[in-house]
Amino acid sequence: MSERTIIPFGPQHPVLPEPIHLDLVVEDEKVIEAIPSIGFIHRGLERLVEKKDYVDYVYVAERICGICSFIHGLTYCMAIEELMKVQVPDRAQYLRLIWSELSRIHSHLLWLGLTADSFGFESMFMQSWRLREYILDIIEETTGGRVIFGSAKIGGVRRDIPLAKMDEIMKKMRVYRKDVAALCEQFMKDQTVKHRMRGVGLLSREDAISLGAVGPMLRGSGVAQDIRMTGYSGYDRIGFTPITETAGDCYARCMVRVREMDASFQMIERCVEQMTDGPIEVKVTGNPNGEFFMRSEQPRGEAIYYAKANGTKFLSRLRVRTPTFANIPPLLTALAGCQLADVPVIVLTIDPCISCAER
Amino acid sequence: MGMLSRSPWVIHYDGSSCNGCDIEVLAALMPRFDVERFGVVNTGNPKHADIFLLTGSINEQNKPVVLNIYNQMPEPKVVLAVGICATSGGIFRECYNVLGGADKVLPVDVYVPGCSVRPEAIIDAVVKGVGILEEKRAALRNNLKSAVSQA
Ligand code: SF4
Repeated sequence: MSERTIIPFGPQHPVLPEPIHLDLVVEDEKVIEAIPSIGFIHRGLERLVEKKDYVDYVYVAERICGICSFIHGLTYCMAIEELMKVQVPDRAQYLRLIWSELSRIHSHLLWLGLTADSFGFESMFMQSWRLREYILDIIEETTGGRVIFGSAKIGGVRRDIPLAKMDEIMKKMRVYRKDVAALCEQFMKDQTVKHRMRGVGLLSREDAISLGAVGPMLRGSGVAQDIRMTGYSGYDRIGFTPITETAGDCYARCMVRVREMDASFQMIERCVEQMTDGPIEVKVTGNPNGEFFMRSEQPRGEAIYYAKANGTKFLSRLRVRTPTFANIPPLLTALAGCQLADVPVIVLTIDPCISCAER
Repeated sequence: MGMLSRSPWVIHYDGSSCNGCDIEVLAALMPRFDVERFGVVNTGNPKHADIFLLTGSINEQNKPVVLNIYNQMPEPKVVLAVGICATSGGIFRECYNVLGGADKVLPVDVYVPGCSVRPEAIIDAVVKGVGILEEKRAALRNNLKSAVSQA
């Protein structure tokens, strides 16, 4: 038997924009086991509910993660709205949906770039981040922020998108959709990409379910589960079907995300068609009371917000479970038995967002 | 070495940021902003770096990591605190696990506000950093000269 070595991976590592530490136990080039240690970005922001009132906390919730910022803020708002029995106007729901899907597109483009970069496909990295900038432009035009939107609020949204602007955006979006599709096709058809990803980092359907994988990691293993199926925030009205692949390897997970991007473009289009004029917010008075679980689908998977209120301005407890945290056990299973050189690729196909996971 | 002075190498580490500032740092490397055309290179190796770009605030767990990176960088070196989290703790300042901004453990040369910072601000900060780097290099050289003449 050859000797075992432990190779530290992170917390500061060129392929990782964020710190996570893995101790890789290797035998020659083969990874036997991966032992994670986390906590580098833990801030403890769930306890901030004791210091910031429930209206202000939207801003903190948005800053749990800078990539799915809008959906974090939105899920928090929805939880509080359920507690306070607030009915959000239709137009606000559609606007929320549009911004959610725009975040999904920009997040997936970001992921595509980082994944390509993890095995040295630099030009793909550049190209997908170039396209991402256009999506960010639309976000900036409509919300005022590139990363943190600040447009979700309890009872609705903060800004409206005027009709003329919407047409202009849709015209641009149609072009971007073609560009993104062309880029993805290039990536997915590439022989080298297939070679690096097919059959690598396998996660079986049974494992995915028993280890509690979420998001594209779960759907890449053939399980059709997506929280958008529950129809929150208008998803029920635009007809949503989850996207699945069955192979359970890195390639399948990429395929899920690539197809999701196209679906997001479609959903935005349908949304704009269905939208009617109307108010974008309702006035919210009083304080929340009771407890509620709210779930939403982020680019990386399912996020759960648990809020417990006691009738005062300050919530008594908030608990967030984010998708990356749920995806760490499946990741460790997928890593066991892989080649050392494949570690970055496999880590990136779960689309890790460490600041979500540690909050 | 004069020709290299305008081409600083940067190392980026994410303290405990929300990711917003990190992706803006990466966005500054992308075709739209493309700092590489000025010769700014993002390196993963602290031993090659002139400028330390820190996003996010400091906590007990990442303090040794930040110090470790800083200590491995060769002199002269410049520290940029990018984002309001790194300058003061920002919105997370009252969290129990946040010690505060980057200046709790490192001598910060340039503070870059914004939540999240815009890529333009990051580029501006790097340019400022280059100026400071130059001053530090000159000071280092003078020290060396006077040490030699005394000997
Ligand atoms: S300054 Fe704002 S965007 Fe940047 S890391 Fe802190 S919270 Fe996130």
